[in-house]
Amino acid sequence: MNHWIIAPVLLPALFGALIILWMRHDLLLQRTFGIIGSLFLLGTAIYLNVLAAGGEVQVYRLGNWAAPFGIVLMLDRLSAMMLLLTGFLATVVQLYAFGSGWDRKGWHFHALWMFQLMGLNGAFLTGDAFNLFVFFEVLLIASYGLMIHGGGPMRLRAGVQYISYNLAGSTLFLAALGAIYASTGTLNMADLAQRVAALPPDDTGLLRVGAVLLLIVFGVKAALVPLHFWLPSTYANAPGPSSALFAVMSKVGIYAIIRFFTLIFPNDSVVEHLATNLLLPAALATLLLGQLGVYGTRSLTRLAAYAAIGSIGTLTIAIARFDETGLTAGMYYLIHSTLAAGALFLVVDMIAARRGGDVWIRLRPTFPNTGLLSVLFFATAIAVVGLPPLSGFIGKLLVMQATADDAWMPWIWAIILITSLIALVAFGRAGSTLFWKSHELDPEPDNDTDEGPRPKPGPILHKLETDEHIQDVDDSASPALAFTSVGLLLAGLVALTIFAGPVTDYLARTAAQLHDIDSYIQPVLHQQEDTK
Amino acid sequence: MEALVATAIGALTAAGVYLILRLRSFAVVLGMTMLTYAINVFLFTSGRLVINQPPILRDHSGNITGYTDPLPQALVLTAIVISFGMTAVVVMMALGAFIEGGDDYINMPEEDRNMPPLLTVEAEEESEIAGQTKGGSA
Repeated sequence: MNHWIIAPVLLPALFGALIILWMRHDLLLQRTFGIIGSLFLLGTAIYLNVLAAGGEVQVYRLGNWAAPFGIVLMLDRLSAMMLLLTGFLATVVQLYAFGSGWDRKGWHFHALWMFQLMGLNGAFLTGDAFNLFVFFEVLLIASYGLMIHGGGPMRLRAGVQYISYNLAGSTLFLAALGAIYASTGTLNMADLAQRVAALPPDDTGLLRVGAVLLLIVFGVKAALVPLHFWLPSTYANAPGPSSALFAVMSKVGIYAIIRFFTLIFPNDSVVEHLATNLLLPAALATLLLGQLGVYGTRSLTRLAAYAAIGSIGTLTIAIARFDETGLTAGMYYLIHSTLAAGALFLVVDMIAARRGGDVWIRLRPTFPNTGLLSVLFFATAIAVVGLPPLSGFIGKLLVMQATADDAWMPWIWAIILITSLIALVAFGRAGSTLFWKSHELDPEPDNDTDEGPRPKPGPILHKLETDEHIQDVDDSASPALAFTSVGLLLAGLVALTIFAGPVTDYLARTAAQLHDIDSYIQPVLHQQEDTK
Repeated sequence: MEALVATAIGALTAAGVYLILRLRSFAVVLGMTMLTYAINVFLFTSGRLVINQPPILRDHSGNITGYTDPLPQALVLTAIVISFGMTAVVVMMALGAFIEGGDDYINMPEEDRNMPPLLTVEAEEESEIAGQTKGGSA
């Protein structure tokens, strides 16, 4: 039993508690401990990936109790990969929080950050359905705090919607767990997998209800249409770094769908093709609605939010097949879309901060760092839309390749390609309004000498109505750090593109491991000689 | 007894769902509480309804007698604690939104939907020309 497996859950809890107890008035100490915590998690995640790459599923028994009764943490390739993704995104975005000064606009930013990481890591590691619920609540309660960080009426209102929606989701989750427990008598995932497979086929009514409820709950977390209503307002009104971290939070829903519907309810089990039949139409609708939202919105932050919905749709199309090529493509697109959405939220936040909090896509005089920001916006737009040369293109190709023999193939391909075009137009329009046409609004540079009549001043703009929910650039902030952080995310995308071959090979082995259910059940239930 | 418990769960759920769909935050909080009560009772019954039996596997002498499933009770305990915490958070957020926003409506206000007037170069020039001619004639 390797004790590092529990470190991604314990360490952030410890750091979060220390930050809130001992350094709540000292921002420098908070930042130091926050970044040390994130780096530590990143290091642990790398180590755990090496451990999981061996191919064996690792079990951590809390208190060394025997499995179906004791609580277990499970580490396989998929959870290790999600840990690494979370660790990388959290560390980089935390740099942005320092650089943009967001962490000084309210209290307890770094403590909440740590608790959010604890919830995320716990949800990826747990091997027990009820603990999945508990970790969901941990990450949600931290995300409520991060979402309303900085305050303001709009953000609080969006926060109330967000929390209500997710509380309703949580009650459904409990109902699903109750139904599953009532029909199987266990909540340990490996044990569930065994018992569900052994259940007589004519006695599965309650279990089916539980499976559908679970799918709905995870759909709410992943913001699949028609359960996406919480996302646009939440992501558009949350602070930039929080939305960037939430990019991985919506992937928890996808992770849970993969986990439950490969392990416990695989396609040939009692629930048959339930997940595929429900997920594929939902995914197509999500993609369509997300990209139409990107096209239709006039707000920069909503543009990013709808782009995040669209990317969820694309990756769910691939996941919905639950075969190895589909899962490989889906996981590749999952990594890509998390990094790309994170980068997009950060770039949008930087632009909005420099325009005095104006998030509308309309002409404004140019602002500091226009050139650099336009390059970053261009690069993230390429990644998000899925144009070559960045990984979005490879990801979409993989998704299309995986669905080539599907009965729905014409629909899937048509929707992917057409929505890509729609998103391309939308991003092109936003970019040209923000950066290109804005130059025309600027007053001519004053080159003349004092002799002639002075050039007439540029058009008088409406007074900037600063939206209260996004404050101006902080004077004490360090833009260099903020740019570094976006650069690191883009570097991650470039690396994902260059190493697409090895990464997809690795992901293919991950998908194979997901389908080898015995490799998951054996270590938990059958190899427990030393337990109590 | 099964019918009684099932009716209670159903009534609580129906009331909770109705209240959640209201647009004022107080009603939503109330509905959320009712829904969590309903779910807690439902979780409790997921271990079968048994009367007058302890939630342990053995009595003092070590004999296995009748027992209630102890696991749902542990689950309900956790669920109650979590739902209390969540209710506290939603009440605080609703209060914050009410104090800062001035009303307790759940939906987003107008400003969130309507875009401020568009600025185009042409519109600016036109307004300027209009301003100049006005200034000249005066």
